[in-house]
Amino acid sequence: MRTIVKRGAVAALSLAVMASAAFAENVKIAFIDPLSGPFASTGTNGLHQYEFAAEALVNANGGVLGGQKFEIVGFDNKISPKESLIQLQVAIDQGIRYVAQGNSSGVANALTEAIDKHNRRNPDSRVLFLNYSAVDPALTNEKCNFWHFRFDANADIKMDALTDVMAADSSIKKVYIIGQDYSFGKAVAAAAVNFLGAKRPDVEIVGNELHPIGKVKDFTPYARKIVASGADAVITGNWGSDMLNLGKSVIDNGFKGPIYTYYAAADGITAAFGETGKGSLRLVSEGPLNPIASERAADYVKAFKAKYPDGNVSQARITNVIEMLARAINDAGSATDVVAVGKALEGMEHDSLWGGKIMMRPQDHQAIQDVHIFAHTNEGVQFDYDNSGYGMVVESSVAMASADAPTTCKMQRP
Amino acid sequence: MQSLEKTQTRSDGGVSMKSAMPWIFSAVMLVLMPFIFQSNSAITIMNQMAITIVFALSYNMLLGQGGMLSFGHAVYMGVGGFVCVHVMNWEIFGSIPLPLLPLLGGVFGMILASMVGYFSTRKAGTVFAMISLGVGELIAACSVIIVVFFGGEEGVSGDRTYGIPFFGVEFLSQIEVYYLTAGWLLISALLMYLFSRTPIGRMANAVRDNPERAEFLGYSSRWVRYNSFVAAGFFAGIAGGLFAINYEILTEENLNLTTSGSILLVTFLGGVGVFFGPVVGAIVFTLLQTVLSLETEIWSLYVGALFVATVMFFPSGLAGVMQLHIAPIKLGTWRLLVMPYIITLVPAIICILGLSGLIEVLFHARHAAIGETEMTLFWVTFQHTEILPWVVFAVMAVVGFWLARKNAPQMMDAWHRANKPDGADT
Amino acid sequence: MDLILVNLIDGLVTGLLLFMLSAGLTLIFSMMGVLNFAHASFYMLGAYFAYQISIYLGFWMGLLIAPPLVGIVGAAVERYGLRRVHQYGHVPELIFTFGLALLIEELVKFIWGNDQIPYQIPEILEGAAFSISSYDIPAYKVFMIFLSLGIFAGLLFVMTRTRVGMIIQAALSYPRTVEALGHNVPLVFMGVFGVGTALAGVAGVIAGPVLSTFPGMAFVLGSIVFVTIVIGGLGSLGGALVAALIIGWMTTFAKAYNIRMEDILTGVGFTKPEPTWDSAWADLWTLTSPQIADILPYLLMILILVFRPYGLFGKRDV
Repeated sequence: MRTIVKRGAVAALSLAVMASAAFAENVKIAFIDPLSGPFASTGTNGLHQYEFAAEALVNANGGVLGGQKFEIVGFDNKISPKESLIQLQVAIDQGIRYVAQGNSSGVANALTEAIDKHNRRNPDSRVLFLNYSAVDPALTNEKCNFWHFRFDANADIKMDALTDVMAADSSIKKVYIIGQDYSFGKAVAAAAVNFLGAKRPDVEIVGNELHPIGKVKDFTPYARKIVASGADAVITGNWGSDMLNLGKSVIDNGFKGPIYTYYAAADGITAAFGETGKGSLRLVSEGPLNPIASERAADYVKAFKAKYPDGNVSQARITNVIEMLARAINDAGSATDVVAVGKALEGMEHDSLWGGKIMMRPQDHQAIQDVHIFAHTNEGVQFDYDNSGYGMVVESSVAMASADAPTTCKMQRP
Repeated sequence: MQSLEKTQTRSDGGVSMKSAMPWIFSAVMLVLMPFIFQSNSAITIMNQMAITIVFALSYNMLLGQGGMLSFGHAVYMGVGGFVCVHVMNWEIFGSIPLPLLPLLGGVFGMILASMVGYFSTRKAGTVFAMISLGVGELIAACSVIIVVFFGGEEGVSGDRTYGIPFFGVEFLSQIEVYYLTAGWLLISALLMYLFSRTPIGRMANAVRDNPERAEFLGYSSRWVRYNSFVAAGFFAGIAGGLFAINYEILTEENLNLTTSGSILLVTFLGGVGVFFGPVVGAIVFTLLQTVLSLETEIWSLYVGALFVATVMFFPSGLAGVMQLHIAPIKLGTWRLLVMPYIITLVPAIICILGLSGLIEVLFHARHAAIGETEMTLFWVTFQHTEILPWVVFAVMAVVGFWLARKNAPQMMDAWHRANKPDGADT
Repeated sequence: MDLILVNLIDGLVTGLLLFMLSAGLTLIFSMMGVLNFAHASFYMLGAYFAYQISIYLGFWMGLLIAPPLVGIVGAAVERYGLRRVHQYGHVPELIFTFGLALLIEELVKFIWGNDQIPYQIPEILEGAAFSISSYDIPAYKVFMIFLSLGIFAGLLFVMTRTRVGMIIQAALSYPRTVEALGHNVPLVFMGVFGVGTALAGVAGVIAGPVLSTFPGMAFVLGSIVFVTIVIGGLGSLGGALVAALIIGWMTTFAKAYNIRMEDILTGVGFTKPEPTWDSAWADLWTLTSPQIADILPYLLMILILVFRPYGLFGKRDV
């Protein structure tokens, strides 16, 4: 009887301590991404992945700095640069020191500049920018700054890996490049021309064109051109409905070769492609689900799917963001001194939950990691996307891709 | 397009104390606001409001005063803003005081408007509306094509602090930018008000209401429209310059159809027939957009419903509704309205809260993670799996609706009586 | 040569689809003076309704049931929304449809979610109908062509050969007189609005599987429908057809052939600045026709409005 009372008291006490710690010193991370509008599903799914990762990987293990919990606070930026800057200010006012954003390089570009200016003008409330998805190479080159950390492989790194695979395929003689008419689409096209020229000078680029972003209703004319050019492979950086419509149109109009993409998965795209995309769609990304790296990773995905049956673990790198940030905060010994945390993140090496290593390159704050080429299929799929039975299976891998790629970043450190 | 409310009334020449009072009051309020709402985010939101107000007032020069429905007004604001951001990146910026920058934006907005207006204002009505739509789409599409000027998708950014200090102020903090914006807001609002009082402004009203009669009086309705259009372009450009100073970045979003469309909604929500209507609209809309979106994911559903309801029940906008109450207040009969308002509007609000509660619970039940049945709404935490919240919200909605509907005739009756000098029965 | 033929067919499909949308809109616009901004939203509703029905009853029942459902929704909107707003004038009417478009999109998201939904073409129409040299013409496209041509023939018949059509035509030009003759003009308005939105619904049902069904599909289509009817001339079904076909072919050909500004400029005698990327005119020199294909209709509309404000086949000002 006495022991029970004692235990109860201890439990109550520790609960009270934990509760006060949770109230007073949660490490808040502002998630600034579209939670309404046309890209809401990508944003909401990303928010769920963050919340789940923070809970499962940090809070369940006792938090950071001996008890502080991670708390993800979602801010809806409606994928507008202007709204993002307003929400950034709101987040900073709430005492938030970490900002995570990923959808749209345009928004990332606005945020990184705003954060750089803010940190210069307000040294008391500096923030770190955890970019988990915006892959415009400029962000870690001419536009780099100390506060920005990119956890995804950038467009150049992905293209480097992709062209390694294409170079090995001797059946590819002619390549067609098509993309959306904006910075990222242009970056993909430039990188493709560049790397293919270096690795396979014999490959002919039979088409290289841009189409208006989000405005094309019918891709049939483009598909006809691609078929007419006699291309063996297509490279595209399209995302969202532009990706789905282009892919469907190209396949429907009789193209038989591989379509190399950056973003043809999850958020309804995998389900909508279904059987049509099998055998054609390839995707370059990190964090493989099929085959899964370890029992721990499999349990993580299962737990996530149990909690969010309609969600996808589509941005595996989010776990790296959370785990590496937690480590950096512990190493720095402070969650509020973001300069120390930033310095701890620089050069950090980390064992990813999804297998392989990840290294935050100190010169430009670009994460170097294993990059994989996936195929859209329903065979050998343990974890599918969109509950469709179809998923992404690793075809080939490049370990620590582009670790020695040059950067033009001249970083000024505080 | 000619049936806009003709409520621009009371023209008395000269400056009287009475006509200056609202302006003095506004100026004092603008100075005091940052002391009431001190946080940086509140100031950021107020800056956004001020910019939207200038933009909406400029838009109302077309829609409310000139009877021209435009679907591409964002273009003039955007181009003015882009010019300002480019200037921020030039060396010459080091010799320009920042507070003068919006003027430059205004000039370029005006230049663009004077070119487009040359052919678009030849006719009013649908022709004007469709040309503005076409021009808007063209320039918005150019923003990703002409990268040299518009910077493609990522836009053009600058740094406002590189200008020469203005009386020692370097515009590092939000509060300094706030006072700059507020100053420009007051100046441009006053100028726009005075414009509506000039003969040109008066003629714009006349041409809006009856172009043929205006022609008979010897005015070319085309040039009257042209003048309003160019002036509106100027003030839109000023709003663009303020945007450039506040956000230090301009992107495709500043030009596109969504921005042009939302300013139409803002202006209409506030009320096109009253000068200060767009001001009300801009304040309400900015609050909805920034504050409501923090509270609920489906905020745009509410905004859409609000617009449809406004058009259906209060076509003169929020300011129009406010203005309707001037007469009872002057007549001293407003007391007659208090009770009927309470017994009608309180149930109506309960009904709306109940409905939105039902929608939120339904949304949560469908979209929340498995096991996360707990939700907080109106400061109450409950489980969406329980039956009680559903019943409570449904009862609120039904009973509120029933009561409001039952008491509505009483309110209408009181309303008619309050508008009679002696408050007698109708 | 083969490619030209293929592009003609593709452009025809795009044009006919656009025609189905604009046919209803041009009737509504010219009769009621309403710029119905929500017209494309009814197209979206058509696709979503058909998807929902196709889950239980298959594609063909969806094609049969969804358009009348959309028409009923449209008629209800006219009866309980627009008619009330009508008294305030045209601008409030327009804003009403503007808000309605917003509301419909939000409701669609609320009910079906933000993602693209897997609305597929029926199995019987999968694959190619025939090939022109190496280019496949999908069977579904052939089906779309015949269905829309059938609808055009039907509309033409109703408008010119039946009593209802006569009343509608009369109400288009002289609504007051028609009312004085004892016809119920509000009922005609409601009917026209219902039929117009149902036509948009048909377009949605057949376009959904090929152009993908997602909450942004109405916005992507956006204002191009207005452009079509303004170019064609208000109230003219034939004009709408011609304008839709012009737009369909114009955009298809601009996308299918890389006409480069560089060639045009050097052709007229300008010399290309070197290096191009450093020049202030770089964007002009590197411009290609696919980049501007989708804004060509807007350019055409502005030119038409400036020089011929009643459109190609219209009899009165827009």
